[in-house]
Amino acid sequence: MLPLYYSDMKPLSIKNLQTVAFSQIPSTEDYSEFSALVHELMAIESCHCVNYFAYKKNDALRLIMCIANDDSASIEVFGFSLNDDKLESLQIEACNRFEREIAENFDLSLLNHSWPKPLRTTSDDYPFYRDEDEEIHEVGVGPIHAGIIEPGHFRFTCKGEKILNLEIMLGYQHRGVEKLMVEKLMLSQKAMLAESVAADSAVSNSVAFAGVWESLCGFTARKELLYARTLACELERIAIHTGDLSAICGDVAYQLGNAVYGRLRTPVINFIQKWCGNRLGKTAVRPFETPYPFTLELVTDLRVILAAFEKDFVEMSQKIRRFPSVLSRLERTGIVTTEQAEAIGAVGMAGRASGIYRDIRRSHPYLLYQAGNTAVKHHGDVYARTQIRMEEVVASIGIIRSLLDSWPYNEYSHAKENYSPAADSFALGLVEGWRGEACHVAITDEAGRLALYKYKDPSFHNWTALELAVRNNEISDFPICNKSFNLSYCGHDL
Amino acid sequence: MKLFHTLSILFHQGKQYIPDPTKAEVPGIFRGRPVISTAAVDNEAVVDCCPLKAISFDGKMFVDLGKCGFCGICARQFPEKIRFTKDYKMATTIRENLIVIEGEDKPIEFGPKPECAKVFKGSLKLRQVSAGGDNSCEWELGATSNVNFDMGRYGIEFVASPRHADGIVITGPITKNMARATQICYDAVPEPKIVALCGTDAISGGLYAESEDIDRSFIDSHKVDLFLAGNPAHPLTIINGLLGLMNRKGK
Repeated sequence: MLPLYYSDMKPLSIKNLQTVAFSQIPSTEDYSEFSALVHELMAIESCHCVNYFAYKKNDALRLIMCIANDDSASIEVFGFSLNDDKLESLQIEACNRFEREIAENFDLSLLNHSWPKPLRTTSDDYPFYRDEDEEIHEVGVGPIHAGIIEPGHFRFTCKGEKILNLEIMLGYQHRGVEKLMVEKLMLSQKAMLAESVAADSAVSNSVAFAGVWESLCGFTARKELLYARTLACELERIAIHTGDLSAICGDVAYQLGNAVYGRLRTPVINFIQKWCGNRLGKTAVRPFETPYPFTLELVTDLRVILAAFEKDFVEMSQKIRRFPSVLSRLERTGIVTTEQAEAIGAVGMAGRASGIYRDIRRSHPYLLYQAGNTAVKHHGDVYARTQIRMEEVVASIGIIRSLLDSWPYNEYSHAKENYSPAADSFALGLVEGWRGEACHVAITDEAGRLALYKYKDPSFHNWTALELAVRNNEISDFPICNKSFNLSYCGHDL
Repeated sequence: MKLFHTLSILFHQGKQYIPDPTKAEVPGIFRGRPVISTAAVDNEAVVDCCPLKAISFDGKMFVDLGKCGFCGICARQFPEKIRFTKDYKMATTIRENLIVIEGEDKPIEFGPKPECAKVFKGSLKLRQVSAGGDNSCEWELGATSNVNFDMGRYGIEFVASPRHADGIVITGPITKNMARATQICYDAVPEPKIVALCGTDAISGGLYAESEDIDRSFIDSHKVDLFLAGNPAHPLTIINGLLGLMNRKGK
């Protein structure tokens, strides 16, 4: 159903992975008109903001808003020309971080913003939230953490053992991915950059990059390409979810779960390596081709691996579901309510654990995904996120089996033709990685070169969910809360 | 009953550990140390096909594993010239040893052990510093401690504080924002101490080498004791490299 617009401005409605001429995107110079349309769309339950960014062309700054409507499987795109060094806040919680990013990247001052702080600039005098109460103390953690984890600074405001507030300062991983995406001219370099946005989501991000690039080039992927990519995405989901379950068990000192899930991940990632030569699935997906063909032998192998995996995975998961000493640590810990999750625009697995039915595979189908059901939980606690992972792993096995049953045993032909992207175009791709929805946007210039590549990681929304989840929890429960989300630092910092 | 269930789960796992990580074979088409043949090809085209400029030509062809992204594009485009073997022993104490030369098919030389290796022979505790990478090397460093690779059996462990550590393992190209923290962490490690670089990003900056958001002054001003090549470095590469540093055999 297309919504009826009351605003004067009408958005451009596009599909996932569709390319349009950049000039088609409606734009206004009247901020109130733009703001009214954003508010109108965001008030619709099935709509959420997937990207909001600025694009500078010939010294003119264009703000572009992309709102996905899950009911109509469309993405509403529209813009606003900013002729000022001040940006008025939309005052929508879910757009909060996007506005901070725009202001930071283009040196704008934010007006009427509820949290006008840096996003990726780390400093000693970061304006952390402070409470002057005498009974309150602060705990600062990071940027380097106690384990083998990426860097970020966490500032806890505590009363006794209880966390009253958590604020996270990120940006330590900022290495200039988006800028390099434009500067590096070879397609192979761009593909590697897309892969290294966050290596634990290497497959889903390269699927999105390949999709966006192919869409810009007007290339329609062959069936066997789609099969291989869908399979790779689901293998990645299984591998990372299983590894995270291991880590969750580790954080509640449940050795058996830690060891069993940990070793169950190994055959899956070793299989990915067997196929493409890399345990994380780097190089499994490239635009226009499948660099390493998925052979009949691999099909047979995967069936055997999945059968053995599933048996042990289900057995272990059943044990945890009935094990009081583990459950007592997971249940009612780190709760994110549905209202909170909706307000901050939580996505993916973490959103679904808090009752938000949002899965790009279902709502904005790409590859071979079809509309259907996804597991949703309503408690929003660590256990809900654990259960979601368990259920998604089993569901992914099902998806892979049905792919294998109809596997196209065609000869793979490497792409020989040279495709080039259309000039002055805009393409947007949404994918549902294991963490949630990632949004890739590419804009080309008049010569068909990449002028802007904008990436949004699912963690971009979900870091706020972690900050909310730990409130009123004991500080000792922070690790399991953190692991239940397993958010990306490098994907956020870029 | 509950104990029985736990025991049956344990039993179902079988033996999972790799008996000897120095002799284990990796499955599938792992891209380890490449071999460059003497076949005549369009050398310029080979050099140009590399997204990371790891291939050079000067009378002979060279592949620098400190810059290589192990994407395999050269081997796919010029299979007669470059072939990747499954040799995962790509660790060395000398940066130049990571350069593979045309016509030579021999293991990467480990190089001389640092003076302090004697001290660490029985136990090596390391602090990991993640500084701007893509989380892949961190992922594999984590995997070295799982039940399959079980690096703990050699007394090698990642510890929670630099004060407990014998050295640091750096991953990622080192961003501007992490430069100071990296230095502080290194300074906090008591002497004698080692510095190891894990993965292409850490060794050469990789794709980010020319980015204005990174700061490699730490690498330029400190002696690096161990280079672990890979994108990411495979757990077996890491374990073998660290064992080499401790002057220990496997098993």
